[in-house]
Amino acid sequence: MYVPEQDADESVSRVVSAFLERRQEQIAQRWADAPLFRSVFTVSRDEAIEACKAVLDALSDVAVSGRFEDIDAPGFGTVREQLGRMAATRSRTGSSPAQISAEVAALRGPAADLLREEFPDPAGPEAQQGVLALTLIMGTLRLVVMETALHEGEDLIHRQRQQLLEVATPVIQLWEGTVAVPLIGTLDSARSQVVMESLLEAIVEQRARYAILDITGVPTVDSLVAQHLMKTVAAARLMGAECIVSGIRPAIAQTIVQLGIDLGTVLTRASLADALAYALGRQGIEVSARADARAVAR
Amino acid sequence: MSQPLPGQAQVPVLALGDTLLVSLQGELHDGMAEQLQHDISSRIATSRVTGVVLDISGVEIVDSFLGRVLAEIASTARLLAARTVLAGMRPAVAITLVELGLTLHGLTTALDVDRALELLSPEEK
Amino acid sequence: MMPASSGQACSTCLPIGSDGDLAYVRQQVRQYAAQLGFGLVQQTKLVTAASELARNTLVHGGGGRAEITPLDHGGARGLRMRFIDEGPGIRDLDLAMTDGYTSGGGLGLGLSGAKRLVQEFAVDTAPGRGTTVTALAWVTPVPPSRTRV
Repeated sequence: MYVPEQDADESVSRVVSAFLERRQEQIAQRWADAPLFRSVFTVSRDEAIEACKAVLDALSDVAVSGRFEDIDAPGFGTVREQLGRMAATRSRTGSSPAQISAEVAALRGPAADLLREEFPDPAGPEAQQGVLALTLIMGTLRLVVMETALHEGEDLIHRQRQQLLEVATPVIQLWEGTVAVPLIGTLDSARSQVVMESLLEAIVEQRARYAILDITGVPTVDSLVAQHLMKTVAAARLMGAECIVSGIRPAIAQTIVQLGIDLGTVLTRASLADALAYALGRQGIEVSARADARAVAR
Repeated sequence: MSQPLPGQAQVPVLALGDTLLVSLQGELHDGMAEQLQHDISSRIATSRVTGVVLDISGVEIVDSFLGRVLAEIASTARLLAARTVLAGMRPAVAITLVELGLTLHGLTTALDVDRALELLSPEEK
Repeated sequence: MMPASSGQACSTCLPIGSDGDLAYVRQQVRQYAAQLGFGLVQQTKLVTAASELARNTLVHGGGGRAEITPLDHGGARGLRMRFIDEGPGIRDLDLAMTDGYTSGGGLGLGLSGAKRLVQEFAVDTAPGRGTTVTALAWVTPVPPSRTRV
């Protein structure tokens, strides 16, 4: 019997979607015992069943839309978060992405078996079409799970990177009203954002009037680095604090001049100590040796 | 030239000795901005005002419009022989302004109102 | 690259016809940004950019509308803001995008400044054809594997 391709596709969509809805309970019962769900929902099988049903609802939506191979099909939207959490749980207990992928693949079999039973001829062309469609959707589900797992991983890396950036940029209170940030390593745009946020927070907390940006640990200063520094200086100024850039080695000073970088009215000092002395001086604090200094044993 | 809408809140301007304390909060519509500039100018002119503190600790967003308003208030005040200090900018606002390219150069800034008043007090002059 | 139309929720369409409308646009953007999980600094940048661009639409475009759309691409969340007017269009876009350029007597950092506050930025304009400015930011920086053309 000749069926125009589009009609055939639509009828397969409807058949598979209806199957997933009608036999949801049976499929869920089988899936709940599969390694993937069993290992995630270790305490409550009922929870596992609920989770399976949520996935089956989503698959049914995807089937009815006919977008068997589209990982962006709206149907998947509802279970993305859940799948992500399941994948995260699996990887935390040591499963590799390949293993998780295989576990998702293992869900296909039980569902396909049940689907074949729906047809008068389990080995006939209609049954095969249905199983093919189901296979495609399950394959896409596998990709969706992998994508969410990948995204969780990227999220984690990003969070850790942020934490690392923050740890690597401590803001130190040197004295009343004076804070310092020892910059170590390259000053890229991400780092510079973290520096600005940490520095400004510290200025508020410590009520600082002076902020020393020490660049002793910054290997090279080019116009981009200078730009980041200037932005930080400008931001601190807007909050009533004056910045001093210290740690300018002779080589760096030469580079700055050669590149024609204009540091504007930013105060600079060769060393952190000099910068601190300046800041203290401006606040009317004088550091001098005690009268009995010579009496102090060495 | 727009009038403030009926019922629209005015920006509170408090006189502390010979200093005006202007507390900006939340939104500042065009009409309010003009009204404010007018208020400040007339008060500086008619009373012994030598300092203006613009307190923006309650302001979450400073865009180029508000930036211009603040700069204009300071310029006008200067012409009338009064100093202006911008106080209490929030860190997120400072970072955003710097990225926007609005450095508000020429405006004296202070961490908060206390510091601003210190800056404007006679001992500082 | 501007994502076409996958995985997005409905847009919120806001009129830009008066000063008060600008306040409402800011409020809506703030709400969306907070809901999507943007940090405080990013929220501030987004709302400020929206304020600049909406004001441009009002002042230079003769009024128009804003379309705010939350985005979700496989878990990566973001916010897309579009500012549309049927005004005179921008004659020289390159000039308009340079720092310090102004045609309205204000500080006029408008476009170039707003661009720095977001991650993706595009201007579609021509004299007599109106202007559409699209600005987009992601909650976490989007890795190259995820951006779709």
